[in-house]
Amino acid sequence: MRNKYSIFSLFKNALTYHENWQRAWKDPPPKKEYDAVIVGGGGHGLATAYYLAKKHNVQKIAVVEKGWIGGGNTGRNTTIIRSNYLWDASAGLYDHALKIWEGLSQELNYNVMFSQRGVMNLAHNLQDVRDLKRRTHANRLNGIDAVYLNTEEVKKFCPIINTSQDIRYPVLGGTLQRRAGTARHDAVAWGYARGADEMGVDIIQNCEVKGIKRSGDTVEGIETTKGFIKTKKIGVVAAGHSSVVANMAGLKLPLESKPLQALVSEPVKPIIDTVVMSNAVHAYVSQSDKGELVIGAGTDDYISYSQKGSHQIVEGTLNAILELYPIFSRMRMLRQWGGIVDICPDASPILSKTSIKGLYFNCGWGTGGFKATPGSGDLFAHTIANDEPHKLNAAFNLNRFVSGDLVDEHGAAAVAH
Amino acid sequence: MFLINCPYCGERDQQEFKAGGEAHIERPKQPTELSDDEWAEYLFMRKNIKGVQFERWNHAHGCRKWFNMARDTSNDEIKAIYKIGEKPPTQ
Repeated sequence: MRNKYSIFSLFKNALTYHENWQRAWKDPPPKKEYDAVIVGGGGHGLATAYYLAKKHNVQKIAVVEKGWIGGGNTGRNTTIIRSNYLWDASAGLYDHALKIWEGLSQELNYNVMFSQRGVMNLAHNLQDVRDLKRRTHANRLNGIDAVYLNTEEVKKFCPIINTSQDIRYPVLGGTLQRRAGTARHDAVAWGYARGADEMGVDIIQNCEVKGIKRSGDTVEGIETTKGFIKTKKIGVVAAGHSSVVANMAGLKLPLESKPLQALVSEPVKPIIDTVVMSNAVHAYVSQSDKGELVIGAGTDDYISYSQKGSHQIVEGTLNAILELYPIFSRMRMLRQWGGIVDICPDASPILSKTSIKGLYFNCGWGTGGFKATPGSGDLFAHTIANDEPHKLNAAFNLNRFVSGDLVDEHGAAAVAH
Repeated sequence: MFLINCPYCGERDQQEFKAGGEAHIERPKQPTELSDDEWAEYLFMRKNIKGVQFERWNHAHGCRKWFNMARDTSNDEIKAIYKIGEKPPTQ
């Protein structure tokens, strides 16, 4: 039985210089066979395993991860959580996740530091204003909190924004979702890993998938660097490397993998207590609890798995940041990184069965998957356990690229994709 | 970010170019006879290779001509550049 984290356990462990904390998860060798194997130990994969064990009573589950858990995009994103998407299908999906976020720390007994500090999206031209107003109405019809702010209200909500009308892209207004915010990305992976491990899920790190074995149109197991693992159900949650795993099974996906960059500044005292995003000038910024400014840049337009983005992408983002926040002009950037994101033609994810029985894909989250982590895990677990999608992820099937029933969030969400 | 040797202009910064995605995807010869599956394959499905991939590039801020490239997507190393209409290199 796992010890609960509490003020008392903290006190008790302080007495022994924090040297006797129980391990948060085990490090087992793979068994010969599992009921389900999840490929990818990021937030989405660990959440999938957690909900498979918790809600669907699947007994033997493994998560295989080629590096270490939470070491990919989960551990290096800008941690923004919001659900103010335009289309009904997206609103349902992302608000489902947001509702789980609201109780996640309590459920996992792990502080994911979910902070509902609000997310503001800025409008810089008349089309932005129209789009954001339309989205505000659409959000309200879907029961998602949203308000439209004029320039003065934007300034009042975040006083450091330069709202003068003589800048190149003046702020004409914005939307605000107050329930939105940020969370501590590592804690999400660790919390789900600890929760899954407690229910008997084997988390196998440094274990890369090398092949998918199938007989006819049914999966039989996976070849890994730690040997063959037999299983009837494989859930692939491999983010930027989804196509690589799909190609092993002879499948093609409608994805392109591109480097997405983010950067953080040196830590400073609290200066911005919300998240501000601007699609038109491509700049978004928030401040971490450590005091660093967390800044998201864009993707390069070419396919690459190199985890290196181009310098001009960062330069463009910082130009925009400086015009909107002149107060940051002397900030120094501490570090920058690039992660590989898998982007769908319609900028919406895929949570779906495939033409191969027992093979499921959860991919295509592109530049904004972190916010959906709990909802994605919950719905993907449902899809794997029942061999059919939940009504909230039915629209996000792979077949939509054949039927033409796309969930076109490109630009529609008024944020960077 | 890297340098690209445009077959028409010579070596230039990658910023001047626009990536055009996977190359050698042939436009269906008889579009009216295509099934929905075949349309999906042509329009959306991509190999998205980690390794050497053939792709199209356009010198958007230069001669504006299209050309092909063989590039290792795992480290962005350019293996070959060849003109539209030419066959991809075998090595």
